Amino acid sequence: MAWESGVQFMIKKEVVVIGGGPSGMAAAIEAAKRGAEVLVIDANEKAGGQLFKQIHKFFGSSEHGAGVRGIDIGRDLLKEAEELGVEVWLNSVAIGLFAEKQIAVETGTDDAEKIVRVVEGEKIVIACGASENVVRFQGWTLPGIMGAGAAQTMINANRVLPGKKILMVGSGNVGLIVSYQLMQAGADVVALVEAAPNIGGYVVHASKIARAGVPIYTRHTVLEARGEGRVKEAVICEVDGKWQPVPGTEKVIEVDAIAIAAGLKPLAELAIMNGCKTKFDPILGGWAPLHDENMESSCSGIYVVGDVTGVEEANTALEEGRLAGVAIAAALGKITAEEAETEKKKIWDRLDGLRSGPHGEARMKAKDRQLADFRQLSAAEI
Amino acid sequence: MCLRVEDHVVLGKDEPGKTVEITVDGRKLAAKEGEKILAALLANGIIVNRYTVKRKEPRGLFCGIGQCTDCAMIVNGKPNVRTCITPVKEGMVIETQHGLGKRGAIHD
Repeated sequence: MAWESGVQFMIKKEVVVIGGGPSGMAAAIEAAKRGAEVLVIDANEKAGGQLFKQIHKFFGSSEHGAGVRGIDIGRDLLKEAEELGVEVWLNSVAIGLFAEKQIAVETGTDDAEKIVRVVEGEKIVIACGASENVVRFQGWTLPGIMGAGAAQTMINANRVLPGKKILMVGSGNVGLIVSYQLMQAGADVVALVEAAPNIGGYVVHASKIARAGVPIYTRHTVLEARGEGRVKEAVICEVDGKWQPVPGTEKVIEVDAIAIAAGLKPLAELAIMNGCKTKFDPILGGWAPLHDENMESSCSGIYVVGDVTGVEEANTALEEGRLAGVAIAAALGKITAEEAETEKKKIWDRLDGLRSGPHGEARMKAKDRQLADFRQLSAAEI
Repeated sequence: MCLRVEDHVVLGKDEPGKTVEITVDGRKLAAKEGEKILAALLANGIIVNRYTVKRKEPRGLFCGIGQCTDCAMIVNGKPNVRTCITPVKEGMVIETQHGLGKRGAIHD
């Protein structure tokens, strides 16, 4: 190992996975299972991504792990990866992705000096996940106002309440599930506002919180947060057909926290920086890198899986990761092309199953568009 | 006001863990070893972590996963420590950060 000004160079791995959430761990497991040498780098002190905050049971059929809580899926993934000898660097952030598939990785916590290492991967999997969108309104920066994911992290991972009287903004599945989990942790959800005319997430989740007495205001938004040093009041109001506030409909609600669940967007910066071709698709959460049936991006040897390539759910992220893991094993010559095809067919069948039904269909179409765009791109280059 | 989730319908009882002492703006507080600094502060009713550079506005927890830096504080004299992802250690000295913060006399 050569050291130059505190940077350790030239560590080589067959596969480097950036992000140890469901998609990254699944890719690592499938590649390692077939004999590849895999390194996972993860920014947190524990891998598993957001799975350890998902204390509810997942939907789908039994082959998709339905009825199993996210925390249990996470625990099993980490165990399997460990048994397969997957190397995991924790508290490690990819701060750069260079030519020749070199990744600069910074390791350490903020209260101490960090080290930087450069790792070269024959194949790279980008599995950074997504980040929460915000809604801006007057006073939105007051302490006590946070992402719904942040509220969920506090109660389920850190076991501390971020507030006791909470207004939830947004009725997608995150808004609905986190509202319920806030109540499970002992907080009151004083109201939920949704600017659209209808609830965004699954009716079964909405029914649970409605039965618990949470008022759900559709066609409403939050206009203002008031307070000194902490949010104390939220002003909500009706919105018209053009999403504009309707004067005279304001209501003042006493709160000590506001959680914002306004969707997520892919954390695709590394892929974009590396020149992977992207496309904007609102169904997938914004700009996302295109990929082929193996989850390989337009940059050869760089794979994109999970929310990075379109915001969906943990179960689709797992399957996309598996797909990349199998494809990588084949590309490295660990298995034959035939073996890979059989396995990939099974995974695609499961993915198609997950992308069906009223909520899955739009995502299925968006992912199909993404694949079609990739094919068009490849054809143009040939 | 108890803000810790001691018992939970799905997760069960929280493990008590080892209690350590930290100092926050000169005040001694009890925290759980290894918990995130931000969590220890929230449990003690402290929600402002820093004040912004220009307008001196208060900021606190926003993303909770080390992405937004709104919860940065001065820890053992080192500014810009993201408290939502940095674990508590015995004897940590934590200060509210004003603006960009300056490296203090205490070093890690």
